[in-house]
Amino acid sequence: MSDTFLFAIFPYLAIAIFLVGSIYRYNSNPYKFSSLSAEFLEGRQLYWGTMPFHIGISFLFLGHLIAFLFPNTLIAWNSQPVRLIILELSAFVFGLSCLIGVFMLFKRRLMTKRIRVVSNYMDYIVLGLLLIQIISGLWVAFFDRWGSSWFAAVLTPYLRSLFVFKPTIDAVQTLPLSIKLHIISAISIIAIIPFTRLVHFLVPPINYIWRDYQQVIWNKKG
Amino acid sequence: MNIRSQISMVFHLDKCIGCHTCSIACKNIWTDRKGAEYMWWNNVETKPGTGYPYKWEDQNEYKGGWEKNHQDIALRGAGKFKGLKNIFFNPYLPTIDDYYEPWTYKYKDLFDAPEGNDQPTARPVSLITGENMEVKYGPNWDDDLSGTPEYARNDVNFKDLSPADQETLFQLEKMTLFYLPRICNHCLNPCCVASCPSGAIYKRGEDGIVLINQEKCRAWRMCVTACPYKKSFYNWNTGKSEKCVLCYPRLESGQAPACMHSCVGRIRYLGVLLYDADRIHEVASCDESSLVQRQLELILDPNDPVIAKAALECGIHDSVIKSAQKSPIYKFVKDWGLALPLHPEFRTIPMLFYVPPLLPAMAKIGEEGMYESTTKELFQTIEQARMPLKYLANLFTCGDTEKVKNVLLKLMAVRIHRRSVTVGDIKADVLHQALSESGVTSDIAESIYKLTSIVTFDDRFVIPPMHREEAMELLEETDIAKGNAGFGFKIKPARGL
Repeated sequence: MSDTFLFAIFPYLAIAIFLVGSIYRYNSNPYKFSSLSAEFLEGRQLYWGTMPFHIGISFLFLGHLIAFLFPNTLIAWNSQPVRLIILELSAFVFGLSCLIGVFMLFKRRLMTKRIRVVSNYMDYIVLGLLLIQIISGLWVAFFDRWGSSWFAAVLTPYLRSLFVFKPTIDAVQTLPLSIKLHIISAISIIAIIPFTRLVHFLVPPINYIWRDYQQVIWNKKG
Repeated sequence: MNIRSQISMVFHLDKCIGCHTCSIACKNIWTDRKGAEYMWWNNVETKPGTGYPYKWEDQNEYKGGWEKNHQDIALRGAGKFKGLKNIFFNPYLPTIDDYYEPWTYKYKDLFDAPEGNDQPTARPVSLITGENMEVKYGPNWDDDLSGTPEYARNDVNFKDLSPADQETLFQLEKMTLFYLPRICNHCLNPCCVASCPSGAIYKRGEDGIVLINQEKCRAWRMCVTACPYKKSFYNWNTGKSEKCVLCYPRLESGQAPACMHSCVGRIRYLGVLLYDADRIHEVASCDESSLVQRQLELILDPNDPVIAKAALECGIHDSVIKSAQKSPIYKFVKDWGLALPLHPEFRTIPMLFYVPPLLPAMAKIGEEGMYESTTKELFQTIEQARMPLKYLANLFTCGDTEKVKNVLLKLMAVRIHRRSVTVGDIKADVLHQALSESGVTSDIAESIYKLTSIVTFDDRFVIPPMHREEAMELLEETDIAKGNAGFGFKIKPARGL
């Protein structure tokens, strides 16, 4: 597949599938919008999977977001080696935490009979893609240093070019295979969100923070 | 004053024979589905016993209910901070093994087994995994087993009974037990509603029924933890929580809930109560010693013209007020003071009430293992009852034995009154003493007797029309609802996409 397709067309395709699919699913069949937790069937192994995974992925997502939104700040931060090391090291630790989490979740899903019976093939695809994503990310972080600096210089312009509908893939084309894999699997994950349990992060219970504890609903308004 | 109406139930425990017909009726209608097999929206427990799920009353383990936090109350194991903090993993979530692993039997093997020298058997298989399993625990595993150490002795309600008292009960345990049917309490201050991060759970304004919106539930599972009665269940197949709906589709078409309709002992009563919604929080936060009293004060007298007028102004339909005026629940709970809430110390203000069992003690096992049936009076004094007052008090009155004793005295007075009417061998001073001690006149005793013993279905089931015609005004096209009652699901409920 040509780089043009992978880096200039596929992202738009993925975003379109993600947006249309999620909105359609939310409106047409909200009954199936669920995190599909299976903690009720198995809780002990889940703890060692879900906690490291969710904590790791939350921080990594935040890190990528900051690099995308404030590249100059990031480069300025990295200008001192100590700060660069601290940033890279902590990001790597979160990555490891994610890896351990996904590994535990995968193991749980495959080895526990009770979990296997409530798994569908999409659950395995999600875990597989996440595993590729995290391993490639760790690989890049370890072998292609220092990611936090070149991300701001190379990938942020690329991502921004996507957002203004003028995809510029010259820089991305020259990147090593591991980084390309990381990008492609990230885009793939976005594309499959509406077809998986990942929809749960589109509906975080934010309004719980300010709503009243008790809720009463009347048939008749007013 | 913000007056609301509530459909409420009374269980007369002296009449419950523990037949589980209610549970079966409920199961056949609502929970006979994949993922819901283990759920018993209605279950019947033997007390003393550990109940379903195992030791559900032990909030040190399950973290359900509200706890007093200075002048306010806070959810014990959920809430805005704790709930969101634990959203990736809820450490207090009971798992399927706290209930039981649902199973069926390979009945087909009985027919298909090849001819041989041995009898074919139907082996139990798990309804979750489909594998052979050994059945170790079930929803009513302690049925009638109040003598066994695993169940009776682990009953949480023994917590502050003295060892001597407990031993008395265990000595007598072989002959004393009672049944406790439980459904969702449709509380005024429900923990499940408060704990739901998605805001999927709500209380219906018109009738107070607490429901889970299946389309908004996202499986954060906090309600399962928060409900101290463990009456919110997680469907492991669909990834949604479910609970007792008080058979609202039946109520809306004028029928009694399945559990009540099928009740063999006719122990259940259903009617309307009016209450002041402005004071819910204040009552839920008060001192434990006054919780029961304050909860009963919340319930307003529908026969008071001032209240009836105010209720009308608060938007309560005239037919609902009329129904409240005839409510059998109001009679049991307020007029006669016979029915008490279950575990009011959880501070959810439960709206189902129980008439505690009198359990007449005619005989007990003497020191030589012989039955000792020599009692001076036919009706013993309450203190000699086999079930210690403290135990009943721990169930129904936050440990206040006086309140339970008061109810039992009334129940006893009714029996003495009826004996004097039908047999006539009660001395006038004994009858007089029983009535005056309990504060029941012979007229009231007669009314209690009538509503308890010779009551018709129409006297037990007094609810107003649910005014579906008004509810329907919200729908753009009324033909959508025509001929429908119930969930009206059009898509097969299955897991995931």
